[in-house]
Amino acid sequence: MEVLLVSLLNGLVYGMLLFMLASGLTLIFSMMGVLNFAHASVYMLGAYFAYDISRHVGFWPALVLAPVLCGAVGALIEMYGLRRVHRNGHIAELLFTFGLAFIIDKAVQMAWGLLPVAYRVPAVLDRPLFTIYGTNFHAYRGFMLLISALMFCAIWLMLTRTRLGLVIQAALTHPEMVGALGHNVPRVFTTVFAGGSALAGLAGVIGGNYLVTEPSMAFTMGPIVFVVVVFGGLGSLAGCFIASLIMGFVQTFAVVFDVSLANVLALVGIKVTEASWFGEVLTIPLPRIGALLPYVMLVLILLFKPRGLMGTRDT
Amino acid sequence: MSESLLHTAARPVTAARAGGLLRRHWPWVAALAIALALPWLLYDWTRARHSGFGVAMLSQMGMMIIFALSYNMQMGHAGLLSFGHAVFFGLGGYCTAHLLNTIKAGGFWLPVELVPLVGGLGGLAFAIVFGYIATKQRATAFAMITLGIGELVTSCALMFKSFFGGEGGVSTNRVVGTSLFGLNYGPSIQVYYLIIVWTVIAIALMRLLTETPLGRMANACRDNFERAQFVGYDPSRVRFFQFALSGFFAGIAGGLYALTYEIVTFDTVAGGMSANALLMTFIGGVGTFAGPIVGAILIVLLQSWVSLLSNSWLVYVGVLFILMVTFAPGGIAGLVLMHQPIARSGRMGRLAAPYARMAGPGLFVAVGFVLLIELCSFLTIGASQGKTFVLAGATIDPKSPVPWAIGALLLVGGGLWLWREGRRVRAAWDAVMEEIKAAAARP
Amino acid sequence: MSESAIRLRDVHKRFGPTPIILGVSLDIIRGQRHAIIGPNGAGKTTLFNLMSGRFPVSSGTIELNGRPIDGLAPHQINRLGLSRSFQITSIFSRMSVLENVRCGLLWSRGYHYSFWHLLGRERALNEAALRLLEDVNLESRRDVPAGLLSYAEQRALEIGITIAGGADTILLDEPTAGMSRTEANHAVDLIRRVTAGKTLVMVEHDMSVVFDLADVVTVLVYGEVIASDAPAAIRANRAVQDAYLGTEVH
Repeated sequence: MEVLLVSLLNGLVYGMLLFMLASGLTLIFSMMGVLNFAHASVYMLGAYFAYDISRHVGFWPALVLAPVLCGAVGALIEMYGLRRVHRNGHIAELLFTFGLAFIIDKAVQMAWGLLPVAYRVPAVLDRPLFTIYGTNFHAYRGFMLLISALMFCAIWLMLTRTRLGLVIQAALTHPEMVGALGHNVPRVFTTVFAGGSALAGLAGVIGGNYLVTEPSMAFTMGPIVFVVVVFGGLGSLAGCFIASLIMGFVQTFAVVFDVSLANVLALVGIKVTEASWFGEVLTIPLPRIGALLPYVMLVLILLFKPRGLMGTRDT
Repeated sequence: MSESLLHTAARPVTAARAGGLLRRHWPWVAALAIALALPWLLYDWTRARHSGFGVAMLSQMGMMIIFALSYNMQMGHAGLLSFGHAVFFGLGGYCTAHLLNTIKAGGFWLPVELVPLVGGLGGLAFAIVFGYIATKQRATAFAMITLGIGELVTSCALMFKSFFGGEGGVSTNRVVGTSLFGLNYGPSIQVYYLIIVWTVIAIALMRLLTETPLGRMANACRDNFERAQFVGYDPSRVRFFQFALSGFFAGIAGGLYALTYEIVTFDTVAGGMSANALLMTFIGGVGTFAGPIVGAILIVLLQSWVSLLSNSWLVYVGVLFILMVTFAPGGIAGLVLMHQPIARSGRMGRLAAPYARMAGPGLFVAVGFVLLIELCSFLTIGASQGKTFVLAGATIDPKSPVPWAIGALLLVGGGLWLWREGRRVRAAWDAVMEEIKAAAARP
Repeated sequence: MSESAIRLRDVHKRFGPTPIILGVSLDIIRGQRHAIIGPNGAGKTTLFNLMSGRFPVSSGTIELNGRPIDGLAPHQINRLGLSRSFQITSIFSRMSVLENVRCGLLWSRGYHYSFWHLLGRERALNEAALRLLEDVNLESRRDVPAGLLSYAEQRALEIGITIAGGADTILLDEPTAGMSRTEANHAVDLIRRVTAGKTLVMVEHDMSVVFDLADVVTVLVYGEVIASDAPAAIRANRAVQDAYLGTEVH
């Protein structure tokens, strides 16, 4: 029971972090049709910026400054890069962001080195918050939940209560129409791109010291975020939220349950060992194939419901 | 009048025609001659042996040419953007490695020359399975599902030992003693010539494929999905077949990889190798048949030479890629082809001077950029590896501001100058094109 | 009783909550030249899209030569003998003119997904393609990339691709749109020639073309058929005049 509860909490924390990343990507993808490969790279930049800033001024200024920097980077990318490439088509935009991700990866390696950097949780938060069933729930995780929840509320308020938010909502499902109605679509795009990048940066700030801050973090996080976006569906932030939580729970619970397909088959009386047909595949325990699960989810959702859980449009 | 036109449709094959064939395809014949001769140009006559480095690089080029061409079957010819093409390359390699081990153990007989074919069949089989799922999707969903499949297979390759050998991969030995020509394929030069044969075969087959109903309809589905439907074709099916065949050729390349390196690990299926295919094909040029060949050669050159001199060769490739995406989406081949109408009308001379004037500032920008990147790299990576920055015999201290200032000056100053010269090239180009159009319009 | 090539029975089509086609029943007889006219937004192109399988019907049935085709994919319907052209020219702009019509011929000649035939060597195929080009007066432009043709030439090419597969039932969506009077006249001659003996259904706005070519005219207004008769009768029809033609005498 305690394992379940603790895993639930951890899954929630991870899921909210994923949502912070995925929400920006969904907004950008839904509105502009661009699958931004560089999104996870901006997440990584957020972590590294926070590391540098917190070394000089402290964590709390970094919490504010790093996302702003990332937002600026996003705005620059959109204004001087994507807009130029836009006329060459969607595939060119995709390739551009792909190349960008590549370069940012290498640039980070060059600027900060190949090894993980010591981006640490601030001392004031580095303690247990409360104890459940003998396991400590770390204060920093509570902090992460708090920030994610605040950010979620802020986005929701912005989207439903402000004019810009309404325009964004409309452009989520009907981008061409919004332009035809006379809104300054390029400016909206830049704003969304910058906002999404700032969100990714924020995710990097709070996630970078929770997970490891290293040059390959974009490469490992990126595909998972894509799966979440595709799983949740185009044009739907709610779908993205649900998909993020599902992914968070799946990845957390997978590590906890030490079962394999062979165990399941044993329940119905079929005995499988390593030596039998496909024995290796069937006896491998769940924690070890945790890395596989997001991609299995991706393939399955694209097979059965290509629009995603709550998608409103085709890609 | 129609009769004479119809006669061109099918001409009898005569000796004269064979000679004409040679004349028409002389660039290919010349390239083949060069490929055959190159190892001897790099031959170390004093020690009576081939340059290991040279033969290795040339072998890599052959494999990558096949790999890139197979990728272009999807990207250029069918308009499919895949992020998981390495899967068929690597799986073909794994199949070949296992086959070689089986041959060595006496469980199966197949001449070494035909072993890459098995790699191809392995690639084909997996491409049929994965392609069936993937080609039902359009555009972005297709790209996503290929990304997912690529990551899935990579994770499996790391996890499962029985087929993939886990993290250590599958080792094999190509000296299995079965050869149609009595060669043992121990020396790498022999493998190189085998690679050349397979490269020629693969190029010829893929080229012929573009002239078949499937090849043409793949182009048609790329250009106009709906129109293709309304001439009776199911575009998903067309894409499926094209995808499967491209997996076949990727598998052949993977088989050659297994023969050359005698070990196949997870990085042959991983995202990095798929990205490689994308980079080579795009930089070379997706709009022509031979573009990917140029791209493959270039990337392997950069990989082999530049990586010896610098840690950052991937940065240069990445920057080249982004510049191409932004300014020259047709790739190198596209850039060359753009000049075709100008060359035909004899006006190339008009562009010679403006281009020449770009050389100077272009060089400054390149040097400045490389300098800054290398300084950066030495500050962090190089320092930890204990290297010192040596340029033309002089040691440069990355910590002093002088080289940084020089680099920045070259980059920024050269950049502005390049911009101005670029404007002049543009003006000259437009003027020449106007003239050509006017000349064509005149009766 | 002459057979119907296409039969629509109480066809409805909604896009979301918006009804576009409201209960259309139509019989298009084999060998007939049938024009569909009506004001903009009446649903003419939607009807075409339903008949050719681009969209599924919301309710009702569509039959081609007695066989229900609602729910079939466009390529399946094409293989059953129905071919169409598009309002916005839809050709393979990167291929040559000859290759365009050749693509139109491939499926019906059994090449299917072959990757072992070399198209340059297929004598009968290339001869048939050239004959098609002669039919549409484009044989002199055979090697020109289709994207470089003039507008009227592209429209002619589109018709060539449409009839290439030998379909019995041809749907032409505004074939003379954007053409000058002379070009339209040439187009009408072309259409008359190449659709001889076939069933022709066309959407048109140009009344002179309609009254020149059509045997039967159906008038569609706001997704409903308000009249379906010989051209002269349609011209005199009061309701049609009110809704669409006006009382001007042509």
